[in-house]
Amino acid sequence: MKRRISVYFMTALLLMTALGGCAGGTQKPSEDKSSLESTVAESSQSTNTATEPVYGGKVVVGIQQDMDSLDPHKATAAGTKEILFNIFEGLVKPDPNGNLINAVASDYSISEDGLTYTFTLREGVKFHNGNNVTTEDIKYSLERASGLLDGTALISSLSADKGGITKVDILNDNTVQVSVSSANLELIYSFTAAIIPAGSGEDPEAQPVGTGPFSFVSYKPQESVVLKKNADYWQKGLPYLDEVDFKIVNSADTALLELQGGSIDVYPYLTDSQATELQGKLQVLAAPSNVVQALFLNNADETLQDVRVRQAICYALDRDSINDFVFGGNAAVVSCAMLPTMQSYYEDLNSVYGTSGNAEKAKELLTEAGYPDGIDFTIQVPSNYEVHMQTAEVVAEHLNAANIHTTVVPVEWETWLSDVYTGRKYQGTISGITTDMTPGYLLNRFQTESSKNFINYSNADFDATYAKAAASLDLAEKAGYYKELQKLMAEDAGTAFLSVPPITVAIKPELEGYTFYPVYVQDMSVVRYK
Amino acid sequence: MQYRMTKLIGKKLITLIMTLFLVSVAAFLAFQIIPGDVVNAILGTEATPEREAKLREELGLNDPPVVRYLHWIGGVLKGDLGRSYRYSKSMNEMMPVAELIGDKLPVTLWLAALAVLIIIVVSIPLGVLWAQGKSRFLDVLFNVLTQTVMAIPSFFLGILVTYLFGMVLHWFQPGGYVSYQTDFWGFLGYLVFPAISVAIPKIAMTARFLRNSMLTEKSADYVRTAKSKGCTDRQVMYGHVLRNAMMPVVTFLGMIIAEIVAGSIVVEQVFGLPGVGRLLISSISNRDFPVVEILILYITAVVIIVYFLVDLLYRVIDPRIREM
Amino acid sequence: MGKGAMGKFKNLYFWIGLFMTVIALVWAVLGFFWTPYSTTAMSAAEKFQAPSLRHLFGTDNFGRDIFSRVMKGAGTTVLVGTLVVLISGGLGILIGALTGYFGGILDEFVMRFVDAVNGFPSILLALVMISILESGRHNLILSLGIVFTPSFIRIVRSEFIRLRDADYISRARLMGVGKLRILFVHILPNIFSTFWVSVMIGFNNAILAESGMSYLGIGVLPPNASLGNMLSDAQGYLMRAPWYALAPGLTIVWIVLGFSLLSEGIRRNAGEVSGL
Repeated sequence: MKRRISVYFMTALLLMTALGGCAGGTQKPSEDKSSLESTVAESSQSTNTATEPVYGGKVVVGIQQDMDSLDPHKATAAGTKEILFNIFEGLVKPDPNGNLINAVASDYSISEDGLTYTFTLREGVKFHNGNNVTTEDIKYSLERASGLLDGTALISSLSADKGGITKVDILNDNTVQVSVSSANLELIYSFTAAIIPAGSGEDPEAQPVGTGPFSFVSYKPQESVVLKKNADYWQKGLPYLDEVDFKIVNSADTALLELQGGSIDVYPYLTDSQATELQGKLQVLAAPSNVVQALFLNNADETLQDVRVRQAICYALDRDSINDFVFGGNAAVVSCAMLPTMQSYYEDLNSVYGTSGNAEKAKELLTEAGYPDGIDFTIQVPSNYEVHMQTAEVVAEHLNAANIHTTVVPVEWETWLSDVYTGRKYQGTISGITTDMTPGYLLNRFQTESSKNFINYSNADFDATYAKAAASLDLAEKAGYYKELQKLMAEDAGTAFLSVPPITVAIKPELEGYTFYPVYVQDMSVVRYK
Repeated sequence: MQYRMTKLIGKKLITLIMTLFLVSVAAFLAFQIIPGDVVNAILGTEATPEREAKLREELGLNDPPVVRYLHWIGGVLKGDLGRSYRYSKSMNEMMPVAELIGDKLPVTLWLAALAVLIIIVVSIPLGVLWAQGKSRFLDVLFNVLTQTVMAIPSFFLGILVTYLFGMVLHWFQPGGYVSYQTDFWGFLGYLVFPAISVAIPKIAMTARFLRNSMLTEKSADYVRTAKSKGCTDRQVMYGHVLRNAMMPVVTFLGMIIAEIVAGSIVVEQVFGLPGVGRLLISSISNRDFPVVEILILYITAVVIIVYFLVDLLYRVIDPRIREM
Repeated sequence: MGKGAMGKFKNLYFWIGLFMTVIALVWAVLGFFWTPYSTTAMSAAEKFQAPSLRHLFGTDNFGRDIFSRVMKGAGTTVLVGTLVVLISGGLGILIGALTGYFGGILDEFVMRFVDAVNGFPSILLALVMISILESGRHNLILSLGIVFTPSFIRIVRSEFIRLRDADYISRARLMGVGKLRILFVHILPNIFSTFWVSVMIGFNNAILAESGMSYLGIGVLPPNASLGNMLSDAQGYLMRAPWYALAPGLTIVWIVLGFSLLSEGIRRNAGEVSGL
């Protein structure tokens, strides 16, 4: 198991480096280019000259979720955003290493006090409709996303009352100045918000028009999203493919058949057993995802209010065996709301409760808490997520062994959203929370008053530390606060974090260039035929 | 006769409208009870209170239920079937329900047509052959075979068909569905296999039904009369017995057609067909009320109309009923 | 076709059906009390073992013994079928008897309703009901029970209409026997041969519907094992562990086929040759 995962990572890393290189020649990355990146760019230059890239062709990518919106500002589902990534771009956009690169903006600067952002519009960027992007379009897009247009922020982190945009000024034909309400180092990540033609957000007929490497052709509910090459794309040499079809497959099982039969070429959501099945027939690559899976505990529940009970649950879980059974050993076991890949922010807390299950310790704690005969515990699981359902079966085994008499109740996703997530009526639930590129994203929700704090976690120290972290303008200091937050939550056993599951992708052998991102995107611009 | 027919059609039409109305109310009420709502379903875990409020406003969910229903049914009466809550047509517009369903309907209808064709072509000769009772071996074989086929869960059968024709024989590409708009013949070629999966258990049922019906007819008085008048077995069989035996079979086929046209949910799921059955399932779970309402009305209408047509056909085949 | 030959064969159907059914039932009922291995104990070392003497049907993705799980699952499945038939059969007898015997406006009303419901594909109706009630075992049973009721009403009603005017009933009426007594003591026992057959068909349909609905993710859900949800879980491992799918799949076929043959045998014994 261990060896396989390292092979995966090597492959993934190699792929990333190859791609980072070929893009590196044409684009101008932001100032804070890491040393890793520059060596990468050099080493891959040689691979690039060896073989001329092949242009043209069509690729069909299987996707699991239907589009929740064609509007890049309104789309919330990860499954939609990963597709729209190919059509729309913000002033800046993420790169495969988790940094931001300039996109529609060719450069930007942030004032000393962190309250003013100045963006320079890249020359010659065109929308798919052939028009040049103007500063008007940028102003319109930012005002729309931040809620300055009609009062409702479509992207909440950009709204003024959350520290976002208060004013957008056009300084001249290629410079836009943005004022924000509070200084926040992580706000720049929100400027990945799509730039769309001015007025298109109100035009009822408007088709999705952006500046990305592919343009929108058609969308059929439950069938497909078709994109074609944007020949005018500002990154010269990209994209390689002429057409990309995102085909909505209705189940993981049909996807497997379609992959084998060749009616889909790329499928990014393989389960462990599917990956094993396809090994040798297709390229199978894995990388860590940006999801943290956990057995979330409702801290306001009568029984679970007692920290000892929550700790007992954390002790009882054999997270290594969950990893083995459900993810074939390819997940990364974690004990906090932070991805291990965000190295400078991540605190390894796996030793606090151990990862291999300690039923005796759990029983002791329960007895201490006044439950010598154990407790009854109900876990609600969204039944459409096979991974969570399987995890629940394993979790129930471990908890039962520690006198935590567990009942698993599968619920429909919509019911889960309304009763568990929004209504907070549950004891425990197994699910995953997804992060974007900002390190504090997952911790943010556990502040007492957060509307996303569905576990009812409440710790005054945590809230105070979070406020300090958000206000800090020094990266190292911020990282320190984040680590402190993770520790606080682990000591409280606020929730039983399980792991960061892998993303496993199958790609047909003729293709190369597939690149993993630290966020959920399918960057098809770099995929090409060999 | 003419007058009676018109009156009958008029009466059936009124029943149809009444039923559709009652069904639409029932479906609407059901939707009020279902836990979870469309706003949650769309915004998911990234929802913010402001976004929720805005979406609720956009979809008109802030009106009281009765107002929403009246608004909706008013639109339907004027020929506007409303818009999906879930699926977009463009950046700012939701998909009109008529367009959404209109797009999926041909898939289900062609699947139904193929399946019914297969059922009729296979089951009738099979039933006739069986009813002749020439060989005891055949009787037992057919009996056990049909019983076994009927005992297989439909999706298991779908999977078996996929494996046999798709993975072993390579006659089709599992999941390789192509839209009827891009390649009609390719589309039809793909549909053959789901149609077979739909048809197999129905063939067994129809053949059994026809056989039993023919055995009943064979023992009827007129058969003896015809034989005594010197008709050959063959003449009796095809001229009298089959014709009369077909009557209940027609009703039975009607039921089957109604069921398939209403959407073979499981088979559509197994073969990845974007038909109305699949649309219905996902719309229920998305809480996409406008789509579910129209689909349920569609299914109700199909069922009632097919039964009515069967009724009419009956009157054409059997003169006795005409006078009743 | 001589009568003697027919007789021999109809008995054969009956005996084979009975044999299959008894085995299935004993197996399923036994599963409630005893299984060779725990149905939930997982073992990483024994994942996806092919059938062997140790694990007759092999093991699944969690290394659990499939034989034990099929036993347990068959129990759940048989229980679902039985309860569905109890609900729908019971309601069917009650409503069918009353409407059939008394007729009138109530009968007209009920029959319109029955016609409407009967036309609807049953799985679809159950689907809509389940979405209202939430998925789960109890609601599945309740939904299927309600969905299957109309067909029982129809059968019971037509039998009651047939017998309502029979000589012995008229005589009983003349003798002043109470209505309820006529309904449930004089008529009811006489419809049992017909009713029994539809009970078995209903039972089979319930089992098949349960498996279909589990496939769609709205039937019996894990960790409760039913044959339907085992089969749909197994679908993902068809090529790696075909026995995982075959065991519950063939068990369903076995149970349903056993019941079909048994009902065929009973029908032939009763000398009827109509219907399905």
